[in-house]
Amino acid sequence: MTDDFSILIVDDEYSVRDSLFHWFKNDGYRVSAADSARAALEEFQKSEWDVVLLDIKMPEVDGMELQQRLREIAPTTVVIMITAHGTVETAVQALKYGAFDYLTKPVDPDELSRVVMKAVAHRRLQTENQKLKANIDNLVGQDEIVGQSAAMKKVLSLVDSLAATDVSVLIRGESGTGKEVIARAIHSRGSRRYFPLVPVNCGALPETLLEAELFGHERGAFTGARQRHKGNFEQANGGTLFLDEIGSVSAKTQVNLLRVLDTKEFTRIGGSQPLRVDFRLICATNQDLEQMVADKQFREDLYFRINVFRIDLPPLRERPGDIALLARHFMTRLSGQMEKRFTDFEPEALARLKRHPWPGNVRELANAIERAMVVGTGPRLLAEDLPFDGGTGSLRPADDSLSEIERSHIARILERTQWNVSQAAKTLGLDRATLYGKIKKYELRK
Amino acid sequence: MSRRPLLIVHFEWPAGVEPLVQLGVRLENPFRCEVRVLPEPIQVADCFDSRRAQYDSRRILERLLPLAGDGLVLGVTDMDLYLPVFTFVIGQALLGGRAAVISAYRLRQELYGFAADAERLATRMEKEALHELGHCHGLVHCLDSRCIMYAAATVSDVDLRQARFCPRCQRALSAVIDSEREGEERPTEQES
Repeated sequence: MTDDFSILIVDDEYSVRDSLFHWFKNDGYRVSAADSARAALEEFQKSEWDVVLLDIKMPEVDGMELQQRLREIAPTTVVIMITAHGTVETAVQALKYGAFDYLTKPVDPDELSRVVMKAVAHRRLQTENQKLKANIDNLVGQDEIVGQSAAMKKVLSLVDSLAATDVSVLIRGESGTGKEVIARAIHSRGSRRYFPLVPVNCGALPETLLEAELFGHERGAFTGARQRHKGNFEQANGGTLFLDEIGSVSAKTQVNLLRVLDTKEFTRIGGSQPLRVDFRLICATNQDLEQMVADKQFREDLYFRINVFRIDLPPLRERPGDIALLARHFMTRLSGQMEKRFTDFEPEALARLKRHPWPGNVRELANAIERAMVVGTGPRLLAEDLPFDGGTGSLRPADDSLSEIERSHIARILERTQWNVSQAAKTLGLDRATLYGKIKKYELRK
Repeated sequence: MSRRPLLIVHFEWPAGVEPLVQLGVRLENPFRCEVRVLPEPIQVADCFDSRRAQYDSRRILERLLPLAGDGLVLGVTDMDLYLPVFTFVIGQALLGGRAAVISAYRLRQELYGFAADAERLATRMEKEALHELGHCHGLVHCLDSRCIMYAAATVSDVDLRQARFCPRCQRALSAVIDSEREGEERPTEQES
């Protein structure tokens, strides 16, 4: 019944070893016995042991000393001390050093069963916990950051340094540069990784809705509030709150947000009980917050509160060396999700990818690869499969400004999609609101 | 098809042979064995620890083993048993071994301040014998508290389990008995 668990008996008395050995054999455990600390350590060289029953009084190296050694070489092994009446104090001392429990000789069979079952349950939980943590580590590890350029190496180094701290971080970068990926990387590499990361797109929600989302509400707080709703602050408790497009937050919400960040307390809408929360804050924006502060559009105190440390993400066009690397990364990732198998790029396809200006940055590149893999047949991704042609994707003369390049690229995509804004936004790697903003800015018309 | 012999022996057992015969009858079917009861007590005085006033069950098993012959041997006593590291044991057998021993000492109602109950004692002894002989057939403890192979450290545990094997343990037991029979029936090279 328990043959997946192992017990090592360490006792210098043969009769004790023999009795316990057969007792646990009948229980179905994998059992071995050692007559000294040295023999026990040899057993640990051969295999792992879930539970060790350890006699305190042994010649040469005693049980207490061996327990210390086991803490170093097998910290997850559960140690149960066995003691004679005269050494109970020593056994209690062993508990302080991490022993799981102790038994006094002669042992009551019922007591032995109870303690060992408890130890096995503890070990089982420990093992399950380790597996779950490994699973979570695998899951959070999916948001890997790809890039060999000096700029991205610097970002990666910052992510590692910041992950170990709890400071508020502001991530700046154009749309599609991977601000949320960076936020997830900071979260998943830090001590809060086993708690949730709650992303909130502040730009996508009107003021009242954003506050309801952030603060949550009590039942009956407003029409339609049929039940209590936990807001993003509560959901992020213990973890990280990621506020994307923080520059879009209204003046009123800025005040409320600042109060929560300062006091770590908030009240649900319609509630009266202040609730304490503990989360790490990461914000992101593609706006010039300093200018917004100067223009009184963004509170200076909130700016300083969220901008304890800043990471600037380079746009993809400033790290052309990473384009091929990213393209291969997306191909590998998507190949795993699609029925089709893609293994390589046609040289012209790679050249075309490198020539493209990528106004939608990494998100646009990911979408382009995905579209090409849908259109193409594989296993080689061809230039003709890409959603832009070689001529229009070629580099512009140096005197073309970035905004001119962006304008013409957006215009071209809009024409190709016959002004289907949703489709064009997806191709460009932008959300619809941003694309509408750019259409207005560049005065583009059908 | 021959049945495997099971010899029941006793020491410090004042109740006489009759209860042992009754016990043997209850064991014949589960283990498909042929039970014999040795009328005379076996001599195991040297296994007695006068300081603890208990018999060392480990040493008892050593003494029983030569009596097993081609089959199994079950020792029965009215005295308390112990293993060196334990305060007491109700019964003991080595996994896959040929000898088992059980004690009626802690199965008696009198020990717990109740009136003697011969029927209850017989049922408890049957359960202990089934359990220990189950170990002799290679069965380990079962997690099903109703199964006879459920680990029992106290008399209430003994009462909790039923005098039968759960389907899983029964399958394992049958497989062991079948394989033993096949081994017996297979002709040797000399015979063929």
